[in-house]
Amino acid sequence: MTMPLNQTLLARASAKLGPQASISIGLLVLLVLLAMPVLHLLPADNALHISAYSLTLVGKILCYCIVALALDLVWGYAGLLSLGHGLFFALGGYAMGMYLMREAAGDGLPAFMSFLAWTELPWYWTGTDNFLWALCLVVLAPGLLALVFGYFAFNSRIKGVYFSIMTQALTFAGMLLFFRNETGFGGNNGFTNFKTILGFDITATHTRAVLFLATVLLLVASLYLGWRLARSKFGRVLTALRDAENRLMFCGYDPRGYKLFIWVLSAVLCGLAGALYVPQVGIINPSEMSPTNSIEAAVWVALGGRGTLIGPLLGAGLVNGMKSWFTVAFPEYWLFALGFLFIVVTLFLPKGVIGLLRKKGEQ
Amino acid sequence: MRATPTPDLMLEPAFDAAGSGRDAIGASSLANKGLNTRHGTILTLEEINVSFDGFKALSNLTLYIGVGELRCIIGPNGAGKTTMMDVITGKTRPDNGVAYFGETLDLTQMSEVAIAQSGIGRKFQKPTVFEALSVFENLELAQKTNKSVWASLRAKLSGEQQDRIDEVLQTIKLDNSRQRPAGLLSHGQKQFLEIGMLLVQDPQLLLLDEPVAGMTDAETEFTAELFKSLARKHSLMVVEHDMGFVGSIADHVTVLHQGSVLAEGSLEQVQNDERVIEVYLGR
Amino acid sequence: MPTAFSRILFSLLLLLPMAAQAGDANDFAAANPAKQASLLQQWSANPDSARLALLEALQQGRVAADSSKQAFIEHDGSYRAVEGDAAPTGQTRKLRLNNRMRGLISTAMASHQLLSDDPALRLAAAQELQKRAKPAQLALLEASVAREADDAVRDALTLALANLQLVDSDPTVRLAAVRLLGETGEPLARTRLETLLDPDVESDPSVRTAAETSLAQVKRKLLVGELLGQAFSGLSLGSILLLAALGLAITFGLLGVINMAHGEMLMLGAYSTYMVQVLFQRFAPEALALYPLVALPVAFFVTAAIGMALERTVIRHLYGRPLETLLATWGISLILIQLVRVMFGAQNVEVANPYWLSGGIQVLPNLVLPYNRIVIIGFALFVVLLTWLLLNKTRLGLNVRAVTQNRNMAACCGVPTGRVDMLAFGLGSGIAGLGGVALSQIGNVGPDLGQSYIIDSFLVVVLGGVGQLAGSVMAAFGLGIANKILEPQIGAVLGKILILALIILFIQKRPQGLFALKGRVID
Repeated sequence: MTMPLNQTLLARASAKLGPQASISIGLLVLLVLLAMPVLHLLPADNALHISAYSLTLVGKILCYCIVALALDLVWGYAGLLSLGHGLFFALGGYAMGMYLMREAAGDGLPAFMSFLAWTELPWYWTGTDNFLWALCLVVLAPGLLALVFGYFAFNSRIKGVYFSIMTQALTFAGMLLFFRNETGFGGNNGFTNFKTILGFDITATHTRAVLFLATVLLLVASLYLGWRLARSKFGRVLTALRDAENRLMFCGYDPRGYKLFIWVLSAVLCGLAGALYVPQVGIINPSEMSPTNSIEAAVWVALGGRGTLIGPLLGAGLVNGMKSWFTVAFPEYWLFALGFLFIVVTLFLPKGVIGLLRKKGEQ
Repeated sequence: MRATPTPDLMLEPAFDAAGSGRDAIGASSLANKGLNTRHGTILTLEEINVSFDGFKALSNLTLYIGVGELRCIIGPNGAGKTTMMDVITGKTRPDNGVAYFGETLDLTQMSEVAIAQSGIGRKFQKPTVFEALSVFENLELAQKTNKSVWASLRAKLSGEQQDRIDEVLQTIKLDNSRQRPAGLLSHGQKQFLEIGMLLVQDPQLLLLDEPVAGMTDAETEFTAELFKSLARKHSLMVVEHDMGFVGSIADHVTVLHQGSVLAEGSLEQVQNDERVIEVYLGR
Repeated sequence: MPTAFSRILFSLLLLLPMAAQAGDANDFAAANPAKQASLLQQWSANPDSARLALLEALQQGRVAADSSKQAFIEHDGSYRAVEGDAAPTGQTRKLRLNNRMRGLISTAMASHQLLSDDPALRLAAAQELQKRAKPAQLALLEASVAREADDAVRDALTLALANLQLVDSDPTVRLAAVRLLGETGEPLARTRLETLLDPDVESDPSVRTAAETSLAQVKRKLLVGELLGQAFSGLSLGSILLLAALGLAITFGLLGVINMAHGEMLMLGAYSTYMVQVLFQRFAPEALALYPLVALPVAFFVTAAIGMALERTVIRHLYGRPLETLLATWGISLILIQLVRVMFGAQNVEVANPYWLSGGIQVLPNLVLPYNRIVIIGFALFVVLLTWLLLNKTRLGLNVRAVTQNRNMAACCGVPTGRVDMLAFGLGSGIAGLGGVALSQIGNVGPDLGQSYIIDSFLVVVLGGVGQLAGSVMAAFGLGIANKILEPQIGAVLGKILILALIILFIQKRPQGLFALKGRVID
């Protein structure tokens, strides 16, 4: 629960105090995040010890933050609302999950395949016992899918809600495919019961700490990448694309290439987030691809404030923090709360929490 | 890549040794870049037909624009003026007919982007600028340069480009608003910004759809001067309803009616044409 | 005529119960098991309607014999003589039957049922005989085939006959049987003929060749049924998609509102049907069969009211911001789903077909058209017609179209745009409610019902071209049929994915959908 709180403070302060303060608060949050895994290594009776549960929860939320950032790059900057980012996230997760399954199975086939009485690995899983190749798949699977889908979609100038619906249909189709036992993705249950990663026990405190650190680093790297993109001419072309695509074309820019680049980049970021999510949470199954999950990511971004870099992180933190609290305290009411959140954000917070804070800051 | 017009075209019109007068403007420097204007014609439209669900927006439209010419297009509403611009810029594909840019570029086969890159700039009827970006950034994006993704990722403004933008900012009198978001500009300022974007884009053929709508008299006058100064180095096609403005800039006017050319000539000739009078006043 | 014949026979028997076959039942009761078996075989070959009651009772184990070996049938503990009206003398003892005897009784029963007036009963009998016919029944079957008028029954009988003849020692009989099988369109004939292709089963090569020809013939006939079946299920799926998408075509196509809660309107329509059914069960069980008719207006008004309420409270603030509408309506859909879960539970509720919607018409041996699906196809077309009339022939429709084309201008002309928006949204939601009633008759009704339709419905609208009713109809049926044709070839999931890919490719070529208005693009 520390995360969202920190971020709120950060945003509030940054709105009041200007860029220098926001940078210093950002650094502070970063320090807290970097300290968390170290505190996790402390003995359990230490007052500053952070439990595995908290660490995993924050790690999970950080992965969602990366997804939110990736979604914001395409939606907030380029105006393409994807309702299918869960698919890319899950593809990255499945690639990593398969590596963990192979690691757990040793020389044999992963448990779910033996259960189906399969005798050999499907061709597309070849080489997944190699960590490096699994990492390549983490990037390639979502990247290539995004490339192919984006190529056709952008070529036919599908945009706006049409694009959103197509992406939703895409992730829905993916979910159906992964639910099937015979497609080799573990069916309903997906991949779980992981044991080791690169030979290290996956539940060991050290492993958890390292995975958490990796997530923080990926988030910082994504943030830096986003910041560089937003400041470059490329970022300005994206903004122009969002506001007046026709004008941009008559200026001599080909929007397809720009859209495709940011789309694929965003998908790859999601895949990486998924790959870090799976070993921390310990399971990946097709429900990650359900349209509900992807559209929920859109509300993270909308709540935080799209078209900003810090907004999506804030939104992902707030919504997921709320979710963790609700599902423990009032599980029945979480969907009501989420539903109202969708409505309230779109009706009253068009620029998100960040927009609200900025307005307050200006007053 | 399509031919990108030479960057110095605007600053320094090239005259070839054999060429004289307007026919030669740009011809020599463009010949090796792909835009062939040997016969002095920059735009050729022949027998163009466009129909929307049975309604003929353009019928057998034939029109030529010479290199360096400033042509005004007038005509009542629904005459096909905007559709014609759509055809030239590749937004609408004609049912049949010939549309050439220079002697060699078949506009009916090119994409909108390729057409823009080959040197045709367009200003829309309703001013469209990138509202979320500042005035300066608008011009920066429009400026003629390599517009590929990779180039944009690494792009840095050179001193020369910076100077060029400053120059245009002064020309369009938006020097003081350079950091303002374009969305906050007045209607007239947006018109000028869009004209400025065309200037930095530096096309050989400019299509301007009602450029002085919403401008004050002084602004209109200034725009007329601006266009006249452009005409020597570029070809312009201006669609305008404001006859005073047309009179002040045009040496050559084309009247469109029901999708085809009704009359062509000097403004005076056209205004005295029986059929034109009938079209404008008769109904 | 067989029916006339049996009727006359039957009336004769009524008049002269003892005359026609004095003592069949008593003979049976008196006989030893071997004699009983041969009696049954005799009866199988020469059926007589008078024995039906006896055979039925035998099948049910209700026949007993008294000490004088007279046959009696037990009726609720009391015994009635089969022949005559004597009371049982001495102790009555139920006849004991072994499995072989039971088989023989079934066979006999079947051949007796062949005389029935009811084609369904005859068909059942013929199907029984396909499994059980004995060589002694050959003549009977030949006669039955010759006089049978009903195609389906004749096919079944032919098969039963051919089954007997196929094991005949005479190759010419077998050949004739094989040829006969070729005439039928029975799925069973195919399996039967397929076994004959094996030289170990059929030694005569000429019979094997004939079997091959017959097999091809049967397959051709079956193919017709299969194709028709696929086309029908395609039409059926299409009509469901159409009902789901039609309301969306109005809200999305005409108002430009992306209503992600549209699926939930279907769901609410289905739950309204459930509620109406429950009320009928409680208060008017005798009129239960009529509940779907009552559910239609109820569902329409419930969903229309909810739709209008949503439009006034949320959606009207979001016109012109389609992506925001999408998110807000998704939130609404989450709330509605959870609300239904809390009120009705997360489990599916049971909605039963009334009698007039259950069952179906047997068109071909391998093709049954269920009534509920036929009715839904008709209903979908009716709703389309109604919507079309409403949009094109009424004041409301005119207003809706005016607002669609130019909101400001319509407002200036005095069209109450707010009211029109609300009514149009209510109409779209109400049509979804009607769709929900239809869905409740063919599938499960649960809180997630709508979720499975929303994506398909959007695809229909996108494919059909926004704002085009005709396009939506074409797209719905096109998608439905394409789905059902692809399903058996590559499986349901891959079929869906392939269709998605095809839609993306199609939109490449026709970005505005099937039926698009061309026009000058406005900037």
